[in-house]
Amino acid sequence: MREIITVANKEFHDGLRNRWLLSITLIFAVLSVGLTYFGAAASGTVGVTSLSTTIASLASLAVFLIPLIALLLSYDSFVGEQEGGTLLLLLTYPLSKNQLLLGKFFGQGGIITLATLLGFGASALLLYIQHDNFAIIETFAYFILSATLLGLSFTAIAYMISLVASEKSKAAGMALLTWFFFALVFDLALLALLVSADSGLSQSTLTQLMMLNPADVFRLVNLAGLDSTDVNGALAVAINANLTQGQLLLILLSWVIAPLAMASVIFKNKKL
Amino acid sequence: MNSPIVTLENVSKHYKNLPALSSINLQLAQGEVLGLFGHNGAGKTTMMKLILGVISADAGNVTVMGMKPDNKSAWHMRAKMGYLPENVMFYEQLTGLEVLSYFSRLKGQSTAHAKALLEQVGIAHAMDRQVKTYSKGMRQRLGLAQAFIGEPKLLLLDEPTVGLDPSATAEFYQSVDRLKTQGTSVVLCSHVLPGVEQHIDRAMIISGGKTLALGTIAELRGQANLPTKIKPLGLNGTLANDTLLRPYLIGADSLQVPEQEKLMVLRHLLADDSLRDISVESANLEQVYQYYLQQKAHSNPEKMNNSSATENNKAGA
Repeated sequence: MREIITVANKEFHDGLRNRWLLSITLIFAVLSVGLTYFGAAASGTVGVTSLSTTIASLASLAVFLIPLIALLLSYDSFVGEQEGGTLLLLLTYPLSKNQLLLGKFFGQGGIITLATLLGFGASALLLYIQHDNFAIIETFAYFILSATLLGLSFTAIAYMISLVASEKSKAAGMALLTWFFFALVFDLALLALLVSADSGLSQSTLTQLMMLNPADVFRLVNLAGLDSTDVNGALAVAINANLTQGQLLLILLSWVIAPLAMASVIFKNKKL
Repeated sequence: MNSPIVTLENVSKHYKNLPALSSINLQLAQGEVLGLFGHNGAGKTTMMKLILGVISADAGNVTVMGMKPDNKSAWHMRAKMGYLPENVMFYEQLTGLEVLSYFSRLKGQSTAHAKALLEQVGIAHAMDRQVKTYSKGMRQRLGLAQAFIGEPKLLLLDEPTVGLDPSATAEFYQSVDRLKTQGTSVVLCSHVLPGVEQHIDRAMIISGGKTLALGTIAELRGQANLPTKIKPLGLNGTLANDTLLRPYLIGADSLQVPEQEKLMVLRHLLADDSLRDISVESANLEQVYQYYLQQKAHSNPEKMNNSSATENNKAGA
């Protein structure tokens, strides 16, 4: 345990030193406060918009940003140390590969978690102060929890990439492709399938397919509780499926654990 | 007597189809300093990794302090091993003290211990500066401090003196001598040969993953049977007229004498009253090393042709 804490502590402080925590928090705070106040600007009004509109627009932006940020933060975590020679050195220490993996995960995951909490929590607090409606805190709690899990999921995916790649630049390319796939290609493919299959694709099949993408699970968590009038496209169909927010969060959690377990297996078999 | 710290029995390791080490046998006693010499790719680093337990042998047994180093149950003894990798880039954005504290904590040591080590390797004045501002020599010292964490019983040093200036090199060898008296066993991996001789107990020369020679420098010198160079001064060219010495003569006033006839020749020279001074130079480690590599090349004619081909190329260029 001491080893995990030591590594986590170092990684967390790296995140502070590189201004990662500061910049991510700032991005999230500006994004959420901005959307909260100016989300309705398109419809001609400025001011606090409805809660469901705010969450819907926050979710659709966060679904692009959070995976990208998590991948950027962690893609070189192992391959960078491998290139520098410190990975080999660390493995000669009384430290198991899993301890190193978990230590890094807790440290960098801590940065993501804290940034999400502070960034999005700021606007939740702002809204709550103005409206004094407890539903705001509740809705935002789900949003922040799911956003954190989404970030942790892509941190774990980034570790897989970092352990597979032999060079830092290759890892960067792979991270970008991974982001592109989960954030854009997957949904486009799903939409294409929906259109081409004419009514052949049932609603439950669609929902099941969406479980294969952590970004979609995140969207579902946040849209499931909202008026479906604020949501359109393929998602609106899926929302009506009978999955509770709790179940969706559990699926998202398994999207954190599974890649982490995969990363552990890859690390175990890695040649040094 | 104490059991050996490191034992390698018939150890072989290959990467895919490339043999990295074949049938290596070695015993390292407590407090012994072994020099491990060989070209790049000879298998030095592979051997260190096997001893460290980072990789496992394909055949044979590796035992370190009575345990198998690649076994999970042996991890606690890793705190008693120090390793300096060949090219290591420490976390550039951290300060020297932060880097060393991190590694110290992983071995269960305090920040105070890290500070003392930085003091010992002579970079305490720069401990609050980021590593990216360090010179090559300072980075190497930081690496050494890292290897010294926790007063290890076994030290594996890959090219420890690269980038060190002569005085730092001397200081480094002093630390090795001091650790040796404390009972630390050291494996020094190097292809920088001068200066290392006085500090090692035994030398091991490997090439292509095979042991070419293993023994004390005197033993290796004896086996190689390399001649000693003797330079008498003050004899004013009478050497050429001396029937006993003439066969050994190379140049005007120096002699090349086989090891077993060295004393005989010396006695003969000392008997001459006109002798003013005399210098005796045994074959150094570098020559011994070259000798064993050439031996290998002779036994492997294909390699020979290759090397002579490259020489021709060089001459052409």
